[in-house]
Amino acid sequence: MRLEYFQMIDRVSEVGPEAIAAEAVVPAESPVFEGHFPGHPLVPGVLLVETMAQASGYLLLHRFGFARMPFLSGVKEAKFRSFVVPETRLEVTATLEHDGSGYAVTKAAISAGGKRICDAALTFRTLPFPAPELEAAMRAQAARIGLPTGRPTA
Amino acid sequence: MASALDRIADIIAETSDVPRDKITPDSHVIEDLGIDSLDFLDIVFAIDKAFGIKVPVEAWTQEVNNGAAPAEQYFVMKNLAARIEELVAAKAAG
Repeated sequence: MRLEYFQMIDRVSEVGPEAIAAEAVVPAESPVFEGHFPGHPLVPGVLLVETMAQASGYLLLHRFGFARMPFLSGVKEAKFRSFVVPETRLEVTATLEHDGSGYAVTKAAISAGGKRICDAALTFRTLPFPAPELEAAMRAQAARIGLPTGRPTA
Repeated sequence: MASALDRIADIIAETSDVPRDKITPDSHVIEDLGIDSLDFLDIVFAIDKAFGIKVPVEAWTQEVNNGAAPAEQYFVMKNLAARIEELVAAKAAG
């Protein structure tokens, strides 16, 4: 994870049209920890939501064959069950709850060493890419984390 | 079983802050009930699940924005219920 660059996902371990599993390792150091919190570094809950949103987003990008970009529009039932400290290895999962017209809903969760960290239901607006630069950037991120950029076959 | 109109009105009341008794067949979802686009997404999600359909809200919005259809055709309660019934019937017909 590169928290200050909003690069939350390090590697996709498994993906299909309906679910994704990914890994994210919290860095030992980050400017984020200078403020959150001095002497007691913790990954902010909003960045855990962002991590779940990115896993969901990659799931949707894969599902749509990169034809549409998901934008987070709703977070429901978010629960933060444990602190997340530097150098924690996180397992991030997301499953498709509903693929609607111009929107999608996922359920996402983060765990570490089998222990539940957080979970939430996330809603996304899905739109055609508003800029070619964004599509290129998302494809580059997908390549970085090992997400296939073609349409899913199953 | 409750009518599509009643079921949709119940969904709107449960999903938004609009009191159930304010929702009538002639209510415009946006103009009269004050539902914004984000709340409408939640409502569409609940309708999709309740009726087992996929409301083509993107196409509807495009038609309205292009002037191909009046907003009332989709966003007045009685018309919205009629559109949902059509979608349910189309799905049942395969």
